[in-house]
Amino acid sequence: MKNDIDIAIIDYGLSNLYSVDLACKKAGINSKITSSLEDIEKSKGIILPGVGAFDHAMHNLKEKKLDHAIYNFIETGKPFLGICLGMQLIMEESSEFKKTKGLGLVKGSCLKFDFQKIENFSFPVPNVGWNKINKTSSTWNKTLLSKNEDGDFMYFVHSYYVEAEQEVVTTYSNYGKYEYCSSLSYENIHAMQFHPEKSGDKGLKIYSSLSDNLEK
Amino acid sequence: MKHIRIIPKLDIKGPNLVKGIHLEGLRVLGNPEEYAKLLSEMGADEIIYQDTVASLYGRNSLNDLVSETARSCFIPLTVGGGIRSIEDIKDLLKAGADKVSINTAFINNPSFAKESSRLFGSSTIVASIEAINYEGEFLAFTDNGREYTGKKVLDWALELQDCGVGEILLTSVDNEGTGEGYNLDLYRLVKEKLEIPLIFHGGAKEPKHFLDLLNISDVDAFGASSIFHYGLLNLNRIKNKSNDHGNTEYLSKNISFKDFGEFTVTSIKEALSNAGYNLRIENKK
Repeated sequence: MKNDIDIAIIDYGLSNLYSVDLACKKAGINSKITSSLEDIEKSKGIILPGVGAFDHAMHNLKEKKLDHAIYNFIETGKPFLGICLGMQLIMEESSEFKKTKGLGLVKGSCLKFDFQKIENFSFPVPNVGWNKINKTSSTWNKTLLSKNEDGDFMYFVHSYYVEAEQEVVTTYSNYGKYEYCSSLSYENIHAMQFHPEKSGDKGLKIYSSLSDNLEK
Repeated sequence: MKHIRIIPKLDIKGPNLVKGIHLEGLRVLGNPEEYAKLLSEMGADEIIYQDTVASLYGRNSLNDLVSETARSCFIPLTVGGGIRSIEDIKDLLKAGADKVSINTAFINNPSFAKESSRLFGSSTIVASIEAINYEGEFLAFTDNGREYTGKKVLDWALELQDCGVGEILLTSVDNEGTGEGYNLDLYRLVKEKLEIPLIFHGGAKEPKHFLDLLNISDVDAFGASSIFHYGLLNLNRIKNKSNDHGNTEYLSKNISFKDFGEFTVTSIKEALSNAGYNLRIENKK
């Protein structure tokens, strides 16, 4: 049977999946917004997007049995990309609203930004806007950032950030006193706190790298 | 590091980009999509579409325009005007909007602010406030500054913050479209107390106006309309001016909008950057 889905964009509720879909299409990826377990299984890669509340999202993933579909997919070695809340969900837990267990694919947890006032500068929460991604000592060759450059601007919208082990962190970004993990890669799992689909040409390069990563 | 955002706000009526003074007396300026694309290429950090008549008729008619724009602009797009229900928000997100901006429906029902923020995430919900100075006090209005809501601007902004909305878009109706600069008193009043991002809009005509605001306070995001629209028109960057709807006299006579200069998002960003402020400036290829 012909495998006609390159990327399954996982639909588990109220996220804005459409800009992710448009960015995939722009990069020549045949993407499909879906919550079908079969679609996920036969796709060449999956994207877990997401905005909104962590507990709500975990609840929806479990209810639709998407958590197991994701675990099984990761086992195949095909690429997984988590975006924004989709990055946070792969961690072990979050303290958003109440302590909630995540998918636990990567060691670490999600913490909330405090509102900061440093000298005369305020750092509102959520953190909304463009920020630089700074390269860690890790190489980007095997990540989805292989076409990007150290210091590229990306668009962020988030109140929580991920704390992960240093080995998996591919970029960090700064917000006031915080220096936090803005993207990570662990084997075939890639995750980004920023929205590559909303980050202009630099962001679209990430979709292009994802396209290159898919089995032909 | 915080990078100050520059956000062009495009008022839409029917198929047209329009611009008024004090949100009234609308002129047709052309095709909104053409402006959005140029503004995005010139470094706009986000785009806001505001349906100017939607609230009056109780509907938002921008879905098609949003869907077309999202195909060519890969930067955040906020859409406002006439949004009253969870379904309205879903429809706009489905069309390709990233955030929605809501004024009237939150005034009528503050619990809608709470519900929508919880459901879609704070980051999707922008609360819009139209402020008018009435006898020394800033009051919140709806319907392009026509209807008084019974709320004071600061109290309302803080209430919306408690409801969980992600950002406030604050427009000074008194200054809007006049080119007299931002309303510093209004800004100071709200910015000092707010802990969520504030987009401040209304009155910018030249770099000095941006710097005036930065001199009194730090800024998350500048909203601006006329300066960029007329800048593009004066620079002859707009190709598609013909349109048979609304008041197109200004365009057909090819009037140069002499009150406004030839400022673009790029030149404003350069001016602020040269003054020592942090903004996103992409390296030239």
